[in-house]
Amino acid sequence: MSATPELIKINIDGRDIAVPRGTNVIEASRLLGIDVPHYCYHPKLPVVGNCRMCLVEMGLPAVDPATKTPVIDPATGRQKINWMPRPQIGCGTNAIPGLHIRTTTQMVKDARAGVMEFLLINHPLDCPICDQAGECKLQEQATSYGRGYSRYIEDKNVKPKRTQLGPRVMLDDERCILCSRCVRFSKEVAKDDVLGFIDRGSYSTLTCYPGKELANNYSLNTVDICPVGALTSTDFRFKMRVWFLKQTNSIDTESSVGANTVVWSREGQIYRITPRRNDEVNDTWMSDSGRDLYKQVRAENRLSSPAPLADLIAQAKALLASGGVALVASARSTVAEQYLAKKIADHLKIPADSRHVPAHLAKGDGLLISADRTPNTRGALVTGLIDTLPSEKLTQLAAGIDAGKIKTVLVINEDLSLHGLAPEQLARVDIIHIGTHASATSAAAKVVIPSHTVFEKNGTFINQQFRLQQFNAAVPGHVGTHNDATILSGLLAALGGHDFEGKSNAIWSRLTEETPELAGLAHGNIPETGHLIDAARFSHHAFPETEGLHYKPAK
Amino acid sequence: MLDFYFSLPLIVRLIIQGLAVIAVLFPLGAACSMAERKVAAWAQDRPGPNRARPWGLGRIPIIGPILGRFGIFNLMADGGKLLFKEDIVPGHVNKFYFVIAPIVAMTPALSTIAFVPFGAYLDGAGRVLPVMLADVDIGILGVFALASLGVYSLILAGWASNSKYPFLGAIRASAQLISYELSMTLAVVPVLLWINAPGTPGTLSLVRVVEFQSQSGFWGGAWFVFVMPLSAFIFLVALFAETNRQPFDMPESEADLVGGFHTEYGSYKWSLFFVAEYGHMIVGSALFILLFCGGWNPLPWLPLSTFVGWLAPLGAWTAHPLFVGILSICIFLGKVIFSIFFFMWVRWTLPRFRYDQVMRIGWQRLLPLSIANLIIYTIAIALLN
Amino acid sequence: MSVIKVPRKPLTFAERTYIPQIVSGMMTTLKHIVAKPLTVNYPEERPEIPAGYRGVPTLVRDPNGREKCVSCQLCEFVCPPKAIRITPGEIPADSPAAHVEKAPKEFEINMLRCIYCGLCQEVCPEEAIWLQNVFSVSGYERGEFINNKQKLYELGGTLPDAHYKWDKKKAAAEEAALHGQH
Ligand code: SF4
Ligand code: SF4
Ligand code: SF4
Ligand code: FES
Repeated sequence: MSATPELIKINIDGRDIAVPRGTNVIEASRLLGIDVPHYCYHPKLPVVGNCRMCLVEMGLPAVDPATKTPVIDPATGRQKINWMPRPQIGCGTNAIPGLHIRTTTQMVKDARAGVMEFLLINHPLDCPICDQAGECKLQEQATSYGRGYSRYIEDKNVKPKRTQLGPRVMLDDERCILCSRCVRFSKEVAKDDVLGFIDRGSYSTLTCYPGKELANNYSLNTVDICPVGALTSTDFRFKMRVWFLKQTNSIDTESSVGANTVVWSREGQIYRITPRRNDEVNDTWMSDSGRDLYKQVRAENRLSSPAPLADLIAQAKALLASGGVALVASARSTVAEQYLAKKIADHLKIPADSRHVPAHLAKGDGLLISADRTPNTRGALVTGLIDTLPSEKLTQLAAGIDAGKIKTVLVINEDLSLHGLAPEQLARVDIIHIGTHASATSAAAKVVIPSHTVFEKNGTFINQQFRLQQFNAAVPGHVGTHNDATILSGLLAALGGHDFEGKSNAIWSRLTEETPELAGLAHGNIPETGHLIDAARFSHHAFPETEGLHYKPAK
Repeated sequence: MLDFYFSLPLIVRLIIQGLAVIAVLFPLGAACSMAERKVAAWAQDRPGPNRARPWGLGRIPIIGPILGRFGIFNLMADGGKLLFKEDIVPGHVNKFYFVIAPIVAMTPALSTIAFVPFGAYLDGAGRVLPVMLADVDIGILGVFALASLGVYSLILAGWASNSKYPFLGAIRASAQLISYELSMTLAVVPVLLWINAPGTPGTLSLVRVVEFQSQSGFWGGAWFVFVMPLSAFIFLVALFAETNRQPFDMPESEADLVGGFHTEYGSYKWSLFFVAEYGHMIVGSALFILLFCGGWNPLPWLPLSTFVGWLAPLGAWTAHPLFVGILSICIFLGKVIFSIFFFMWVRWTLPRFRYDQVMRIGWQRLLPLSIANLIIYTIAIALLN
Repeated sequence: MSVIKVPRKPLTFAERTYIPQIVSGMMTTLKHIVAKPLTVNYPEERPEIPAGYRGVPTLVRDPNGREKCVSCQLCEFVCPPKAIRITPGEIPADSPAAHVEKAPKEFEINMLRCIYCGLCQEVCPEEAIWLQNVFSVSGYERGEFINNKQKLYELGGTLPDAHYKWDKKKAAAEEAALHGQH
């Protein structure tokens, strides 16, 4: 944040408010709880002012041109306001000292009703089959500000109804209100300038540049910001009405960016994931790939076991008793799980060189996917599970196995075969695998304890900015799986360690006591935008992340 | 045939008569229950029970459907059901009295019929002789005496059931029956005073009452309902109360007492109470007909003998005692049936009284009224004579 | 609030005897006793179902045989006892109704839950769901009471259509294509 911006006083609907200079009228009104309807304006996109829905009346205090003294209205005894004879767009009007705005006058109402009527002239009114119904700005504002009936009796325009803009985005041109949000997003945010309008007047049509398609990994954000149902997601299309869906705050686990998300589910089934606004992390965007992750909940290769958890823990305990244990924990686990893994390692007296957290690295896209493709590497550092940055290859573990030093490996949510271990090496040791999906490791494991995905549990991740962020369970756990914290605390108790009884608040309070960075943080009470923790202790690490949205690597 | 009958020893005849009473009154009571359901249905614009069609009987052409339409098979099915249903005796009851109560209910209901003449025939001399089981002099007194025993069954049932609803029902029953018995008896006294003119041998016989209504002349042929309308009215009201009929069915009142005194009863025992109630109704109706509506005389001022005399041109057989007997019984039964219909008609019209209203009507209205009625008629009769 | 005393007319002597009232009541009863029954002998005689009767909810087709429901799920939303369960689906591109885009893949109404309120019919923007004249629902198992899509269309049959809005839309699109618009 730069220095505190200069606050100036403006007046909206007779109420004074101090706002930073340059705030536009829509945002200023929002602060007062006044709704200025709009379509094309989006807080994270450039203002173009082409929908005209946000018209308001604007005035400035009168000043005598000759003497430069304020003109006093004799009727009220206050400075006279010179109202502009015609309405102005709110999105394009920025706060200047003494700005006066009226949003409730007849002129404003007529302007809104007029804009609504024009927008609806060629609208197909196919709400019954439109996926946007229920979250459609056109529906909402037509009921709030429209005139309620149409005077248009001529034939409506016919435009293409089912255009595939890209692999994941479908366009219905009849519904498009030409707000250009999608065009601006592609150009300004995704930097993939493929959308544009062709033809003129009421024949204007949104289209892709010939020979190109809207295929970038952020294309589904256009669906989110499209105020109407013109752009729909092929994945979510015709699946479920939005009003049936329960919204749960979650975190994108794709990378250490930790984009904030909302998981939409109904009766234990997830239907879609959309971004949640967090101006410090992901603004209002997220990647397309992150939206697909919910499919892992009901994936074919999901692990599940009918055995009672106590039996599985007893088997694991028996294997761990034989000594020569190595731990492979995960940067995909939550902070509490990593803490429990550390506790288990401490309890089993696993030496530091036998505690591993494999890294998952790939090139970042400079936006919302970073080079570290795990959500919680910082968590492993903060909890003390590891004290050096993880590496991709588990060479030390491989050597230990080859040397016969390691006989048992406790693997949490990782696949060893992806990190440089050969099948023969896996076969030589007893593997206890706590994980969600089948892999070469789970196939080789002696004991498999199926666990929960991020959508089925509560927890916290620490992202690349050292921001502690919380996510909640959207759906109940898949049948035959167990909560990771329950498994790990059960294992810890079975091994003779402290018994947390699987209670997350007990784990959390112990964790915050033992971790200086988290000291004093109440359980389950982390702000929606996350909590930045002190990263001083870890500043010497050379983190792999490169610059992205709201992130600049420390030099 | 009649001669053969009269040649049998008395004891055999009595047994035959007793069985005949049971054989006639029992189905009659049951038929009343079906009639009740039918009348209820008609009053409510429904056809009523008309579905049961047993495999054999229901297939008989014409008759089968007609019987079915009238619910006769429903009646049979009901009877069969009540007969064969498991007879539960709840654990908390006093078994002996619990079992005996329905029997006590049936006995007076069946035995009172003995005092009721239900027809007449002309002997060779043209005298009218009654058809009845016991033409005893105490007549009406006997009926009253026996009928009032019926209350014991209610009290027994209520007490033996050993639970609150039957108990409350029994208490109500005893209070109500005693209250209305007074008015009822007092209402009949003027009739008996009337027929026992000074000089004639004193009698309480119901036959005599009918004879009195079959004389010639304006006063002689008039039914007592015209001569003493108030007495008739009081008697009728008291009769409703005595037979526990709506609007006086306090002892049962299913709305507040579940089923009153018979709450704990089921199957056959319960049906005995039911039949007893209808038995009382039949006898009560008969009594009313005899006392106030001319018994077996077809119409007011038209005695049976005159009527038979009119039929004489049709042939000699019209004077045969058997024909006359059957004719008179039919006339009498017809009147009784109408009277029973009247009971039901009232039942499906009037709502139940509140208990305090029942008591108030009995003691503060009906009793003074019947006493006044008695005094006036006594004075009137004294003056007339 | 002030107390208003409603004067009560004292009963006349005749009224106090109850007799006139009883007589008139008995006359009323008599009238009903002799009147024709209002009921019908049900399985053999069927009552005449009045127009607008709210019987079992059904799905209907328009006179051209197009299934009218577009699985908008408004009925599922509005249904007070949550009797309706819809799985939406997409109409394949080669279907004559492809321009409607959406149709239910499965549509279930649980008649053990339905309260025959008719809200589904009222809310339906496509006039696709109608409470018609089926009033007798019976079965031996719970499953038999769940009417699936096929059953619902069997029960519903075809109803006249006042709008043919989708047909008009298709015609407009074809017209536009003819004139060289999109
Ligand atoms: S498709 Fe949607 S976001 Fe794009 S211009 Fe049309 S209305 Fe606006
Ligand atoms: S409201 Fe009508 S169109 Fe919508 S799902 Fe129900 S039946 Fe189908
Ligand atoms: S009639 Fe009412 S309860 Fe039945 S399905 Fe329709 S909305 Fe639901
Ligand atoms: S929001 Fe201001 S013109 Fe569209």
